[in-house]
Amino acid sequence: MTLKNDISWMIGGPQGTGVDSSATLFARAMSVAGYWVYGKREYHSNIKGEHSYFHLRVNTEPVRSIIDPVHLLATFEDSTASIHGHEIVADGALIYDPKVTKPEHLEIEKSVKLYPIEFDAIINQMAEETGQHPAKLAIVKNTIAVAASMALLGVSLDAMEGALKGLFTGRRAKLVDMNMSAAKKAYAAMEALGNLESFAYRMAAVTKMPEKNSRLVMNGAAACGLGKLKAGCRMQTYYSITPSVDECIFLENHPEFGALVVQLEDELAAVNMVNGSALTGMRASTATSGPGLSLMSEGIGWAGINEVPSVVFNYQRGGPSTGLPTRSEQAELLFAIHAGHGEFPRIVMAPGDQHECFEDGFYSFNYAERYQTPVIVLVDKALANCTQTIDRFDEESLVIDRGDIVKPDFEWPGENATPEDALKAIAKFKRFAEAESGISPRVLPGTIGKLFWMTGDEHDEYGHISEEPENRIMMHEKRFRKLDAALKGIPQDHQYKLIGPETADVTLVAWGSTKGAIEDALKVLEAKGIKANFLHIRLMHPFPTEAVTKILSRAKTIINIESNFTAQLAQLIKLRTGIDIPHVVLKYTGRPVSETEVVDAVLEVTQKKTGKVVLTCGH
Amino acid sequence: MATNVLTEKPMSLEEASTTLKMAPGLLKSSQLKSDVHPDWCPGCGDFGIVNAVQQAMAGLQIAPWETMFFTGVGCSGKSSHYINSYGCHTLHGRVLPYALGAKLSNPKLTVVAAGGDGDGLGIGMCHFVHAGRRNIDITYVIYNNEVYGLTKGQASPTLAFKSQPKSLPLPNINKPVNPLAMAIASGYTFVARSYAYDAKHLAATLQAAIAHKGMALVDVLQPCPTYNDIHTKEFYSTPVQTSSGELPRTYKLDEAGYDGRVQNPFDEAEVESKRLKAIERAYLKEERVGLGVYWQIEMATYGDLLKDNLPLLQEYTPINLPYYDPKTMKPTTDLTPGLEEFLI
Repeated sequence: MTLKNDISWMIGGPQGTGVDSSATLFARAMSVAGYWVYGKREYHSNIKGEHSYFHLRVNTEPVRSIIDPVHLLATFEDSTASIHGHEIVADGALIYDPKVTKPEHLEIEKSVKLYPIEFDAIINQMAEETGQHPAKLAIVKNTIAVAASMALLGVSLDAMEGALKGLFTGRRAKLVDMNMSAAKKAYAAMEALGNLESFAYRMAAVTKMPEKNSRLVMNGAAACGLGKLKAGCRMQTYYSITPSVDECIFLENHPEFGALVVQLEDELAAVNMVNGSALTGMRASTATSGPGLSLMSEGIGWAGINEVPSVVFNYQRGGPSTGLPTRSEQAELLFAIHAGHGEFPRIVMAPGDQHECFEDGFYSFNYAERYQTPVIVLVDKALANCTQTIDRFDEESLVIDRGDIVKPDFEWPGENATPEDALKAIAKFKRFAEAESGISPRVLPGTIGKLFWMTGDEHDEYGHISEEPENRIMMHEKRFRKLDAALKGIPQDHQYKLIGPETADVTLVAWGSTKGAIEDALKVLEAKGIKANFLHIRLMHPFPTEAVTKILSRAKTIINIESNFTAQLAQLIKLRTGIDIPHVVLKYTGRPVSETEVVDAVLEVTQKKTGKVVLTCGH
Repeated sequence: MATNVLTEKPMSLEEASTTLKMAPGLLKSSQLKSDVHPDWCPGCGDFGIVNAVQQAMAGLQIAPWETMFFTGVGCSGKSSHYINSYGCHTLHGRVLPYALGAKLSNPKLTVVAAGGDGDGLGIGMCHFVHAGRRNIDITYVIYNNEVYGLTKGQASPTLAFKSQPKSLPLPNINKPVNPLAMAIASGYTFVARSYAYDAKHLAATLQAAIAHKGMALVDVLQPCPTYNDIHTKEFYSTPVQTSSGELPRTYKLDEAGYDGRVQNPFDEAEVESKRLKAIERAYLKEERVGLGVYWQIEMATYGDLLKDNLPLLQEYTPINLPYYDPKTMKPTTDLTPGLEEFLI
């Protein structure tokens, strides 16, 4: 059998039975062995009992998405094989517990190879060796399933040991030995079944092992959190909501950075507390998901008219209302651009992968402070919860930009102060002074001799309420000029990327987390004779209209791909550029788009000129 | 050693967390009036409240540039524009989250929040309750006139049951909330009531509230001359007939022998008995109105408790936590502890 460079693995089970830990262990073990992993996590809005699963892909080269077929399905209980058995490809394999799973009752391809593992026998043997009660050892079932998978894929258990040592540190270090003992027994049990070499999806070894600590296995939520910490964000407010809460908990788990993570009574408090914090000069942000963003709209508007650098991370999930609370969607693009009554400038960014999550976590604060306006970062559940092997973040090139902050001219003389000093100390300042760039120098409260006011009302240069038409014109125009400044100042690669050749037969257009699947699909399409390039738009507002117009005007066949019902990016492009994208590929099941789906959809459009392709894959 | 974000000079935590003292007597309350002309109705209680705030600031000699006055939305919301300090006129009902965000970020700021009874006890009630749970060191002033004045006098959450000021088409069939009892139940550590036209008492009460270390509520009874024709200035100045003869409508709690201040916060018996008495006092049915401190207790503030959870805050105030080198603008945060669990 030829060895494979790319395989797809799945594990599942009722929520609360360790599906997540198995997947993390597998992802880490394969990454320690030098492979690149991408995995998506699917779960219900439920604590215990409902079916959840992790679908992972392992590759000898960097990989950013899943493929739909499952080559190896690892199970340790009965439900997963019956739910996902039909997804296993011909010549694929099923690892199962013969006590609970009867393959003859499953809907699976005949050529699927069956590997029964006696989970209880392994656990009982461990119980005998250690004197522990078998019930206490039941948690190693996950490890058994992972180790059996590694045996079948032809990957040494040394990587498992490395992964366990990374996972279990400190007080939990003793769990390494227990899990290794289970892993070795599972590996041996698989070898005893024999003929593993005949499995069609054994992994080729990587040619070059990575240097230790040069890669990360992580999810998007933590990448955003790390970017925020690097940026100096030391105030994060939140109201618990899936999936944004993952980022908040990550930050809360790291008190050593000194960041205040404040859990509040609602999203209204969360966004307005960020405004109150950011106006003092703190780098402050909140993280929320759809319903929370709805509630935050008014507060974002206040930050807009008061030119306060508040940062809001919105992790999109399936909407509307409570919608699909644990599934992914990209349906808040037009909302984020327009959220809030009235008109005010805001910056909307959308990272497409974990590196961009880290970058946007960092740069969102620079842009908020430089342009003195709220920044909304649109992440989604798919990106927040996926697990991926990535290169370590580039921290060297990062520079903090605090924008234009006015320093005090003098110090309070203290006891010797004269009445003149007192007058000077309470002098007022034109915080919202007319400025060509739209950006008035900013004063942080606490600065001597620069008093100013803020108000959600339209205001004059000092911040006092004004309903004068001339002032209104000046202020509105001043604020909106910032968007021009932002388009000029934000580097091009933070605005959009054209991936692939300059000219191509097919130009794919997307935003946010579909980036990975499309990037991966380009190579497959090329092999199938389709020369495609990919415009990934990252700065959603202000919109890079000129560049997008230029790229799309020379494109031959344009296909817009996104995870929503109404093709929001295509609508936005039409609005900004006048270009009507003739082909859209949409998915609104709440499950992320896979490489397989992108390839198939592009083939369908190029062959049949289909106007709208709707994707449905994934349980 | 922290760096002052305003000056980029190193500063000790003590410097960063104490209010700069004025040269004694230098700051007059008249200097704390801004040059914006208040547009409240003649006879509005808001004038009295803003005057008292200015007197309290002058009395404490706190630096106006290190004071931030936050307001909600409504007639009272405009107060921040009339005071010479940093002023922040926020959103309807949201004044507390703003004030808390600013105070937690820069504890050096003296933070006063103010808003109407509709703002704080209607649309903002959720924050009113939760602010008590956190005991952040700010002062919250409620302008309590029982009506939504700016929208022409609808019933506010404090308007009495079956009451019908002239602006209401029909009598009020909602029961009123009791801001004092609610504040005590929510965990406020200073709860007082005053009256907008008792300038001396109001200024002294505000001064005590600002000086109190923790979440302070001052409920200020205030006539709305335009829409509330029941609790008018005349009502508050009309004497009440009692068994001991004619007495003024308002009286001072301490003069009546009531002391709501907990002497020893570690004495559970004293705390519980004073708490119950305070709530009883807040509900006392009498024709006269008791002004003064209903409840006060010294407890660890949210800022103090944060230092237990976040050891860096023993050395820095949040706004002075260092994260970049001001010369090179390079970020200085070492991410290693956050990256460890992901490294391969």
